[in-house]
Amino acid sequence: MSTINTQPALQGEMEHFRYDDGIVKKFLVMSMIFALVAFLVGVLIAFQLSDWRLNFNTSFLTFGRLRPLHTNAAIFAFAGNAIFAGIYYSTQRLLKTRMFSDTLSNIHFWGWQLIIVAAAVTLPLGVSVAKEYAELEWPIDLAITLVWVVFAVNFFGTIHKRREKHMYVAIWFYIATILTVALLHVVNSINLPVSLWKSYPVFASAQDALVQWWYGHNAVAFFLTTPFLGLMYYYLPKAANRPVYSYRLSIVHFWSLVFIYIWAGPHHLLYTALPDWAQTLGMIFSVMLIAPSWGGMINGLLTLRGAWDKVRVDPILKMFVAGLTFYGMATFEGPMMSIKSVNLLAHYTDWIIGHVHGGTLGWNGFMSFAMFYWLVPKLWRTNLYSVRLANWHFWTGLLGTLTYYISMVVAGLTQGLMLRAIDASGKLVYPDFVETATKIVPLYWVRAFGGTLYLAGFILMIYNIWMTVRSAPAKQQDEEAQAPKLVVGESIVNTSVDKLHRKLEGMGSLFAELTFIAVLIGGAIEILPTFFVGEMVEAHPGVTPYTALQLQGRDIYVREGCYVCHSQMIRPVEAETLRYGAYSRSEESVYDRPFQWGSKRTGPDLARVGGKYPDLWHFRHMLNPRDVVNGSIMPSYPWLFENRTDFKVLSRKLEVMTQLGVPYTEAQVKSAEADAMAEAQALAEGLTEQGAPPKTADKEIIPLIAYLQKLGADFRKGGIK
Amino acid sequence: MKIIHLMVPMALMMGAGFLGAFIWFVRKGQFDDLETPAHRILLEEEK
Repeated sequence: MSTINTQPALQGEMEHFRYDDGIVKKFLVMSMIFALVAFLVGVLIAFQLSDWRLNFNTSFLTFGRLRPLHTNAAIFAFAGNAIFAGIYYSTQRLLKTRMFSDTLSNIHFWGWQLIIVAAAVTLPLGVSVAKEYAELEWPIDLAITLVWVVFAVNFFGTIHKRREKHMYVAIWFYIATILTVALLHVVNSINLPVSLWKSYPVFASAQDALVQWWYGHNAVAFFLTTPFLGLMYYYLPKAANRPVYSYRLSIVHFWSLVFIYIWAGPHHLLYTALPDWAQTLGMIFSVMLIAPSWGGMINGLLTLRGAWDKVRVDPILKMFVAGLTFYGMATFEGPMMSIKSVNLLAHYTDWIIGHVHGGTLGWNGFMSFAMFYWLVPKLWRTNLYSVRLANWHFWTGLLGTLTYYISMVVAGLTQGLMLRAIDASGKLVYPDFVETATKIVPLYWVRAFGGTLYLAGFILMIYNIWMTVRSAPAKQQDEEAQAPKLVVGESIVNTSVDKLHRKLEGMGSLFAELTFIAVLIGGAIEILPTFFVGEMVEAHPGVTPYTALQLQGRDIYVREGCYVCHSQMIRPVEAETLRYGAYSRSEESVYDRPFQWGSKRTGPDLARVGGKYPDLWHFRHMLNPRDVVNGSIMPSYPWLFENRTDFKVLSRKLEVMTQLGVPYTEAQVKSAEADAMAEAQALAEGLTEQGAPPKTADKEIIPLIAYLQKLGADFRKGGIK
Repeated sequence: MKIIHLMVPMALMMGAGFLGAFIWFVRKGQFDDLETPAHRILLEEEK
């Protein structure tokens, strides 16, 4: 150190302080608890796809409601808490200071756990916005915004009081994460409330779709990628005791990654009713993403140069290597799948599910596990209970991930190829969708087995960590540290810009203020669209708004999470128009809030299902799909035949829709309840005539049938060309 | 597709924000030394 200390005038006095390790422990423990929940629910829903009976004919245990619970738990509860644990530990050490405020740390912690609990209660109850990874309703969305701001202020406050001038590359990744997630979340959650637990998005149709997938893709980018890269740059060199291969590369790939990622979202909407140029833009940026992504992967793997002998024995390094390898695979596969012709086959199939789990199980999972195995003995001042068990965890998890991934890619390719197969006479080779679904059920069993293996490996980890913590000394203290006070404005180059910086740095809590400004901009963006909301609806004379009853049915469709298995978007290719009818026009969904184009077809597309079957068919189908579709793997929905329709809320719903620009007349809004009841009565009587049981007019199945029969109706009437 | 009028400026704004931050921090000297930071994080092992 003496050689560095040649400028003693610039060195502040030595300060002693303690890192806040308690907060790290708390986040770490919650991450593990919620990982168990996320994996358990994941395994359950995997088995539900193998055998529909595992939906137990129970509303809150049905796939459509549990799948959002699984994704939200995995992303925000497991990965989220893991990220926070990793950030709180490394940030303090990299910046040589305790967190800005212990109070803010704790508000962040408890606030986040409350949000998760709220999600875990509301999602199975069907409280959902039905936009993927953004399903939570508006009160929870507001809470997320608040807690995120608390986190941001705490983080930037910590940067401000740092004792280390240079901000290590990991910090850059954290900054990008915090700022971008705030913006994404706010914009995609602009909803108008109907009641405490129901709201409609301000945007509709293609606009809602674009905003959603701009968010959805960047949730992957800035929640599951940038923070984990930041963690990788801290924990991998620490665990291997090797400096990162190229610090220069880490900086270069960081900046290129954050520039490019923002634009890639439209690759989720290829061949949909989104304008073509936006699709191509998304595709090009997605392909470009290979470069910065692989920059990170290569940099991580090469950090282990000269340490490969350690990888052979150390399960932590093994997990890092596996994680980075899966990251490399997923970031190669992703750009390839974004190429329109590849996407045509892959989209809506299980290949996407395989791709996602390569990233989540392989990259996010193993990176978190490696970090935890390294952190726990450090935090609790003891040794890992069993390296052998950790090795077992690694191999079980790896086998589970590969089983999952391979079975899903095969399932996706199989079904994708079957669905597009056209014979020489121009007819579909497999006209019945259910035939392609039952074909891949064996692969669903294999997938569920893979998921179970992964869960088993994780249970080994829980035991291992539990035993490690038990062996820890009873008296736990925050780690002590010392560092010289940072003297600001010590730069040798004394430019005018530098003087300005010095001045700014001297001003109070600059970074907290910057965050505040960022939030203000976010708020402005949130309010701005409401000013030109009327223009957001591009009304088409051939498209009629939903009747009150149909709207209620649509909200039931949204509540049950039908979108997780059914799309409403027919792509303009022969195999699809032959199977489902004319391709979807963006005008058709102009009153759709939220849009329900979907992203996965475990069942067939529903964009033109209206009028295809009689009402009685739908009635029987929802009661037990196998009564009308032999071999169907869809759950039954018996509660729709018991629950009474809430007619009272309809005036309010139409009123909100009117505010959003839907052309309902004042009279329609006022008489919404009576109109809907009359329409329901007529529909129910018709059903009884066809042979259904009587007295169903007030049951939820009626509005749902009304909605399903409306799908594609405008097009059928010839209103749209 | 009026939403484009909102989203393109927003994406550009984010890009410009990142670019501005990049230039700012380059001038501030954050990236002057691209060697020692990699080693420094390994030095401060606790006692």
